[in-house]
Amino acid sequence: MTASLRRARSRCATAAHRLAIAICVALLAACHSHAPRAWRLTDVRGHLPDLRFRLVGGAGHPVTAQALRGENVLLYFGYTHCPDACPLTMTHLHRVIVDLGPLAKDVRILFVSVDPARDTPQVVQEYAAAFDPRAVGLTGDMSEIETLAKRYRVAFKRGPDLPGGGYEVTHSSAIYVFDTRGRARLIASPADTDGDIAHDLRILIGTEGSR
Amino acid sequence: MMRAIGRRTVAALLGAALLGAAAGPVAAATIGVSHAWIRVLPGDLPAAGYARLENRGDESIALVGAHSGSYRRIMLHESLTSGGMAEMKRVSHLTIPAHGRAALSPGGYHLMLMGAVRPVKPGDKVSITLVFAGGATETVTFLAMPANTSRGP
Repeated sequence: MTASLRRARSRCATAAHRLAIAICVALLAACHSHAPRAWRLTDVRGHLPDLRFRLVGGAGHPVTAQALRGENVLLYFGYTHCPDACPLTMTHLHRVIVDLGPLAKDVRILFVSVDPARDTPQVVQEYAAAFDPRAVGLTGDMSEIETLAKRYRVAFKRGPDLPGGGYEVTHSSAIYVFDTRGRARLIASPADTDGDIAHDLRILIGTEGSR
Repeated sequence: MMRAIGRRTVAALLGAALLGAAAGPVAAATIGVSHAWIRVLPGDLPAAGYARLENRGDESIALVGAHSGSYRRIMLHESLTSGGMAEMKRVSHLTIPAHGRAALSPGGYHLMLMGAVRPVKPGDKVSITLVFAGGATETVTFLAMPANTSRGP
């Protein structure tokens, strides 16, 4: 064998070696994307703080995040004088709960008012419960609500007075999902389907026991 | 000066009269309203009214408002979601194109129904009069449904 042939063979072997590595890397990447935790919602684990608040529930008693440990929480901000957009999201979450069936026993919808001036504890609880028996309506001091909203970068703004009285409140439409230890795990938007939200909740509920 | 104002006023009145005369009877015959329902919320919280609107005529028609003996105040509203923010705002009208459709539907245009004269419960039938540009009206029976209704009738 001539020296030039040996060099050519060596170059071939190196090229084949590189190709093999590239294939392995591609396969690994493909395997990774099919990992069990293929979230369909936005994974925010480690990017947002744990659930913490001190608000007021339907009976007028204080409710803290600590009382909800052991439950997967779906947190949504709204206001009861909202007859269209908020009901659409609350109905959406209700359908997800129905879809989950018995798995939903440790899932809780939290509806937090961004309009405490009008939303008394009783009104906000009645409003939330009108959508799902597993929904809890919370209100409280504006400062406590602002603190909770800021914690999750939720914005809200009271609109101008309407002719004839009343006003609207513009607010973030996201749904924050927390695990049973109160850790922020996922963010859903009203545009996510029932199926996608239920899919991720099934994974979250399924992984709780082993973690 | 007086004459100029007078002319403008007369022209405006004439215009309104002509529009009213033209749109009134035409609209009544050409507008179809179906699947009308109300999402009932607890207590005296405002409710939302939805319906499908069809214009069988050759001219576009604008829904400009509504009134009812069952609610003290009704406004035409639109919900908008942009940049992750949900907003509801009052709108002046909803256009139904010629030979076309438009909808008052969840997450979009809707009637905001305020100040129920008597409590409205799921299953109730509520009469609401839709008002169109030009003065035409259409009185429609809306079916009251529970808060967590996904799809209307």
